[in-house]
Amino acid sequence: MKMKLLHDTKLMFIRNLQHTLKSPVFVFVSMFQPLMYLLLFMPLLNALGGLPGLPAGKTVDVFIPGLLVLQALFGTAFVGFSLIDDIRTGVIERFLVTPVKRPAILLGRVLRDALVLLLQCVLITLVALPFGLKVNIYGFLLSLLLYALIGITMASISYGFALIYKIEDPLAPTLNTITLPLSLLSGIILPLALAPVWLQDLSKINPFSYTVNGARALFAGNFQNIGIPEGFIVIGVLAILVFLWANRSLNKMAA
Amino acid sequence: MIGDLIIETKGLRKTFISKDRSGKKEVEAVKGIDLTVRRGEIFGFLGPNGAGKSTTQKMLATLLSPTGGEAKVLGYDLAKQQEQIREHVGCVSQAGGADLGSTGVENLVLQAQLYGLDALAAKKNAAEFVERLQMSTFVERPAQSYSGGQKRRLDIALGMIHHPQLLLLDEPTTGLDPQSRAYLWGEIKKLKAGGITIFLTTQYMDEADKLCDTIAIIDNGKIIVTGTPEELKSSVGGDAIVFSFLSEETAHNAEALLKEKIQVERIQAKDNSVYLTIKDGERMMPELLRSLDAKSLEAQTVTLSRPSLDDVFLKYTGRSLREDERK
Repeated sequence: MKMKLLHDTKLMFIRNLQHTLKSPVFVFVSMFQPLMYLLLFMPLLNALGGLPGLPAGKTVDVFIPGLLVLQALFGTAFVGFSLIDDIRTGVIERFLVTPVKRPAILLGRVLRDALVLLLQCVLITLVALPFGLKVNIYGFLLSLLLYALIGITMASISYGFALIYKIEDPLAPTLNTITLPLSLLSGIILPLALAPVWLQDLSKINPFSYTVNGARALFAGNFQNIGIPEGFIVIGVLAILVFLWANRSLNKMAA
Repeated sequence: MIGDLIIETKGLRKTFISKDRSGKKEVEAVKGIDLTVRRGEIFGFLGPNGAGKSTTQKMLATLLSPTGGEAKVLGYDLAKQQEQIREHVGCVSQAGGADLGSTGVENLVLQAQLYGLDALAAKKNAAEFVERLQMSTFVERPAQSYSGGQKRRLDIALGMIHHPQLLLLDEPTTGLDPQSRAYLWGEIKKLKAGGITIFLTTQYMDEADKLCDTIAIIDNGKIIVTGTPEELKSSVGGDAIVFSFLSEETAHNAEALLKEKIQVERIQAKDNSVYLTIKDGERMMPELLRSLDAKSLEAQTVTLSRPSLDDVFLKYTGRSLREDERK
């Protein structure tokens, strides 16, 4: 049984990856936003070096791990649109009447999304190196797992709503409503150390602020930092829960 | 052994719960259906849009779980043995289900793999259906470039890839041009000749008439009547004959004469014509003409038409299926 799920997930992963490879330009198009932040926003931060949470001369090192979380949030948030296309053309129903293990249908998709995201994270990091980014290589590799889990979480949210709505119109507003507060409340753009106390408290209920803390510690190579296990546990549990929710929406479609 | 009964349902029901501002509302899409589909036949499920055809088909395909009633598909219990049913039933939905971003071959190979074939066997299977449905000229192109008829062929190949014993076809020719329809009808007949049982939903009377061995007419979630196309049509009560004459007077005289001399179901003169419904119209025609000639009531034209399934639908529902189509 386990083997069949693995086998079917592989098939679905390959199918979705084929689609991505047929128009690879979109992998780069969705990197546009973080690159703009890197080129047009980061210079502003440099001037703020020395403020709480932004050690002088190390603003890049603080900013980039957060920027990658931003990419993980927004880069994968809109994958649900491709699923609506598959629902409308009957592809999902066709899969559902085959003996395929049903969780494989979404699992193959979120794994593809995670892979695309990791490629983008590596590219953005490489682009950031000339700007003076100093990163612990082991920490960086570990942080990729963290980003992948964020990607899986966001993709699952996106697919879950796509399966509930089945049409495009309400999907984008819903996803924007979710991603915007999540990103603002996680100290991605500016460190939350600058925030008033109530805002800091609010950020503590945002799972993604833990992942940002974890990612920053990993980039700096502070492996003793409690933020790292906290980040992994929070996003790991969230990813599983949200995936199960999305998978339930898929099963509900056939009920 | 499943014997000859491929599908057997008793009181199959489906109720949807729709939510709107006034609260939850139950919508009975399928209101208790008894069906018997025999091995090797093309079973037509004929009815207007929204009659419950697709809902029934989706239940049989394990896509929707019934609200009530029981069903056996290929001898498997629909409520408990869905995995076995999925293994042995092929299904082509109205939307089709081909992945438009992939080529026909990619579609077919993945589909075969989903049924458990390894990559090599899947390629062989795909090639078999490319040949059988004559798709070689376009199958390497992405499916989004296909014509309606080509896409339909791919959809059907996808539903057939695992050599199912039963194929569920949901409105296979809706939206196709006449030429593609005719071609597809030929293909469906060939599939039947290959031994497969086909359950076909359609809103077209001519399609049901041409293709199906048995037809069940469904309206408003209920089966109204079941039978072979011939049985259904003869249940309407006879053939329609129209004589036209040179004058209204002649027509009325003819009406009076035929009413008196010959057993007709219904007869009516209107303007210059006489309309009658009569059993076995083809055989009765010479006698009718002789009777008219004997009294020098010369008919200018004669038309004889067999009853259509539309007349059947009209008889049992009081509405015309064509009227529903126009809506």
